[in-house]
Amino acid sequence: MKEIISKITKEYLYRLIKDGKRIDSRDMYEHRELKIQSNWIGAAEGSARVKLGDTDVVVGIKMDVGEPFPDTPDKGVVITSAELIPMASPNYESGPPREDATELARVVDRGIREGNVVDATKLCIEEGEKVWLIFIDMHILDFDGNLFDACGIGAMSALMNTMVPAEKFDLGEDYPLPIDHVVVPTTFSKIRDQILLDARLEEERISDTRLTVSTNENGNIVAMQKGLSGVFSYDEIRECIKKSKEIGEELRGRLANTSEEKI
Amino acid sequence: MGMDSDIKLIDENGLRLDGRKFDELREIKIEAGVLQRADGSAYLTWGENKVMAAVYGPRELHPRHAQNPSKAVVQARYNMAAFSVSDRKRPGPDRRSVEISKLISEALEEIVFVEQFPRAAVDVFIEVLEASAGTRCAALTAASVALADAGIPMSDMIASCAAGKIDGHVVLDLGQKEDNFGEADVPLAIVPRTDKVTLLQMDGDLTTEEFDKAMELAVGACKEIYEIQRDALKRRYSTSLEGYEDFEEDE
Repeated sequence: MKEIISKITKEYLYRLIKDGKRIDSRDMYEHRELKIQSNWIGAAEGSARVKLGDTDVVVGIKMDVGEPFPDTPDKGVVITSAELIPMASPNYESGPPREDATELARVVDRGIREGNVVDATKLCIEEGEKVWLIFIDMHILDFDGNLFDACGIGAMSALMNTMVPAEKFDLGEDYPLPIDHVVVPTTFSKIRDQILLDARLEEERISDTRLTVSTNENGNIVAMQKGLSGVFSYDEIRECIKKSKEIGEELRGRLANTSEEKI
Repeated sequence: MGMDSDIKLIDENGLRLDGRKFDELREIKIEAGVLQRADGSAYLTWGENKVMAAVYGPRELHPRHAQNPSKAVVQARYNMAAFSVSDRKRPGPDRRSVEISKLISEALEEIVFVEQFPRAAVDVFIEVLEASAGTRCAALTAASVALADAGIPMSDMIASCAAGKIDGHVVLDLGQKEDNFGEADVPLAIVPRTDKVTLLQMDGDLTTEEFDKAMELAVGACKEIYEIQRDALKRRYSTSLEGYEDFEEDE
């Protein structure tokens, strides 16, 4: 089922946008309130619960020992999956992941993989035989738009507090997962000619197009994804990237210290 | 049940691994109305268990052939998060969760006034985010609060708790190790106002006397849990219904 929106809300949103305003009186490049509680799930190797406004997600990390892919015998494997469970929205149904869950998982995965958040060669135990598998599972509890940023931030935070369960596999003592880069996504939506950050559900429903930019601590871009059918101009893309670096910097500051936060 | 081991589940002082007495529950906390999108919701922690329940409905039931022309269908979905257990669980339903979903649906159908909503569905989604024995009881307990929070007409809530047998003693509310290495587990749920059982399972090995004792313990605990459920609802709605306490002691 598609997300629907009443005509009157739609027109109201368009009118606000025309005047340079948003439905919750945020600035165009302002995130909703962000809360991160890391280490939320004791049974997981690492975890985080992230609330971005009313969007509420849990990311859990599980690790296992398995075989590497034949073409990368000395590299560990990262497997990312997202579940848009029917709890989160009246429009989600149970069953295997659909298109949007797959896109979500792949966008988060790309940021982490291409951003070399975890150096995959450090996950090798025995070349060609045994490597660490990292499962990143994202569970959406409440859906109020912009799952990309909520899940991307959650996955990063969860990885940052992951303990490698070496003892369980007789591989010595547990140790913190080595993190090489801190990658965060920022997602921009375009409604008519206006670009805005962190769309909430009503805004997402009337968005023409969307761009997710993931940056690392060096200010470099590591992954991008344009979604939906609309178009961006070259200048708009440059502007999004510029903003993404600024906002990414701020988010990385938040991620550095999250264990004290409570949701 | 019945994994052989040398683990001692009860120490010389008669206390269990986590320091509980035989008839003592783990700590249970419930919060109602925690999700925005759902019509009703509840978050429950029960020892190390973390369970979230959400209710949608009554709403149109798809596919149409599943509709019942004389009443609503209560459809519960019990699901464990991949990261909720020590070895990652593959996402999606397995035989165990399908069975639990069915039992929970049937138990809840007993208390919901289903005849008021012919052809409709009342959907109950239960996510086990962290599991540490007793999740089906936790799930049913949380689901009842979420149903009430959604304003679904119902005769009562359901409270649920398990009792079991470890090291030859009948005890209440098995923890993870007790569940793995104990001798019996009896999950049970009741409708507290009528004192009737809506869910009962058992695995292991019990004498009739032991079963009676286990049922007595579990029923007692269910009544304690019922108070926690009621309290969660009161806390959720007391701000908008100031002075409500004056009216509610009529029974």
